[in-house]
Amino acid sequence: MDYLLTEEQKMIRDLAHKIAEEKIRPVAAKYDQSEEYPWDVIKVIAASDLFGLFIPEEYGGLGTNVLNLCLATEEFSRACGGIAVCYAASALGTFPIVLFGNDAQKKKYLPDLAKGKKVAAFAITEPEAGSDASAIKTVGKKEGKHYVLNGLKHFITNGGDAETYVVIAMTDKTKGARGASAFILEKGMPGFTFGKKEEKFGIRASSTRELVFTDCKVPEENLLAREGMGFIVTMKTLDMSRPGVAAQALGIAQGALELAVKYAKERQQFGKSISTFQGIQWMLADMATEVEAARALVYATARMVDAGIKDVAKASAMAKMYASDVAMKVAVDALQIFGGYGYMRDYPIEKYVRDAKITQIYEGTNQIQRNIIALQLIKEMAR
Amino acid sequence: MQIIVCIKQVPETTQVKINPETNTLIREGVESIINPFDMYAIEEAVRLKEKFGGKATVITMGPPQAEAALKEAISMGIDEAILLSDRAFAGSDTWATSYTLSCAIKKISKFDVILCGKQASDGDTAQVGPGIAAHLNLPQVTYVKKIEEVKDAKMRVERLMEEGFEIIEIPLPGLLTVVKEINEPRIPSLKGMMRAKQAKITTWTANDLQANPDYIGLKGSPTQVVKIFTPPPRQGGQIFHGDTQETVEKVAGLLKDVIIG
Repeated sequence: MDYLLTEEQKMIRDLAHKIAEEKIRPVAAKYDQSEEYPWDVIKVIAASDLFGLFIPEEYGGLGTNVLNLCLATEEFSRACGGIAVCYAASALGTFPIVLFGNDAQKKKYLPDLAKGKKVAAFAITEPEAGSDASAIKTVGKKEGKHYVLNGLKHFITNGGDAETYVVIAMTDKTKGARGASAFILEKGMPGFTFGKKEEKFGIRASSTRELVFTDCKVPEENLLAREGMGFIVTMKTLDMSRPGVAAQALGIAQGALELAVKYAKERQQFGKSISTFQGIQWMLADMATEVEAARALVYATARMVDAGIKDVAKASAMAKMYASDVAMKVAVDALQIFGGYGYMRDYPIEKYVRDAKITQIYEGTNQIQRNIIALQLIKEMAR
Repeated sequence: MQIIVCIKQVPETTQVKINPETNTLIREGVESIINPFDMYAIEEAVRLKEKFGGKATVITMGPPQAEAALKEAISMGIDEAILLSDRAFAGSDTWATSYTLSCAIKKISKFDVILCGKQASDGDTAQVGPGIAAHLNLPQVTYVKKIEEVKDAKMRVERLMEEGFEIIEIPLPGLLTVVKEINEPRIPSLKGMMRAKQAKITTWTANDLQANPDYIGLKGSPTQVVKIFTPPPRQGGQIFHGDTQETVEKVAGLLKDVIIG
């Protein structure tokens, strides 16, 4: 379908597509196997200027928008959801600084992130605080000109490989949800170490680690916005980055669909291509339609965010929930079309199933997304 | 350092189809790309510029659509692009093409090195680079796989041979044709692509070049393609079995008949 993209949007999409086909797809299986961080691909993306898409020009970026970020993420994900998430998660860790950073903070951290010299990570999740983000236990106590952080984050994407981290910690337990604050941390700060690297089912090219804070002294200049703004920073950041996760799921779905169509054409059984069988055709038709519907939702949401529309929470949640559910369904159906070959790791499709699953879970489980949508719907009806 | 790169826009296809009546390539419906070997020349030019400073200019002789190839070169980091386009250039063989390009280079006048790809994927002659050097009376090294050193108006380069390589010192200004072992062409950056989009391409006609009309186009082409065909597959040949002495004498006898008659 034609989404009436502008020349610039097409340029970004085509550049990301070229990188995906020439630099990502050929190494996807290798990184899935080795679980090493794909630095050489990161370097190529960095050289292409695509890390700077949503970072303002005055800080070294291109000053464009969330839709462009989605277009790039989608193209990368078509080739590898794991490598794509390294890029998308860096955006997640960068948005808090773009949205809430003061000039000094932006000048210090954004240029290297725009150039892809460093990658970022966002850290809120803890062992006892997943969907219930307000249950975080990491604390930040003001002592003189520092905040001393103590606690543990886990399941942090880009953890250990990122240089720049935005960490949410409780600075005033008595204030409940208004008692959390957001801090910028740098790899190497004394008292900031990394725990184990998780071995994952999918997106294995990306690194997922624990962050450990032991009397970690963070300078007060690294507090984002004000004390107590932690969850606001989180919510606004997730509103901006949710279309990106949706785009990752969309890309995985698109990639799986393309593999399935290609395979169905080539595979011969009963003397003909299986793509001539109505059963296969109907599966492909449903898959393609669902992917297109997901795409329409994702792009529309991204456009809303870019237009500055305040009320994006419901749309954002719908896009993420639908695109990730579609990714999982389409990937599984694509594997079915591959038949026995689909089950073999020699063939690329099983990786798409493994990569798709996480998109239904992170950045807010699809159950949480449904809560958001329903609550917003009911609130709107009551008016 | 002033670098000139000569490139060609060619059809993108590994399955070339030839029109048997006109003996030309069927180009309809086939996308156009920069000749693959020229990509390596462009990349090397950008690297030289990044290392030594200066300016890199890309030239192509072609129809107006060849502008797209020039813009792609700009997106990779080339500074300036010149299109040589004129009806009078049509039908050029490699001699006329290299003459035309050398007229443009003469017009640019100031340069340290000219880079070309080894050969074009449609013509496969590998003659234009050397032809330019001949017209301009410049030293040339073909099949360059590495530029080792640039110092005191000289370049030391590695030239790829069938087995191993030669190390050759070439005085500048000079011309090199490059092979794919020399580098890995970069993917253009977004900023590069935006610069290419805005870039103004200079077009020069035969008049602008003050080219001798007898030396350009069909008129200036000593060679003409008479026929292009796929040769029939080679037939079996003969295998001789038996005692080495006997069979060798037999083969020698047969060869003698064929060669001496």
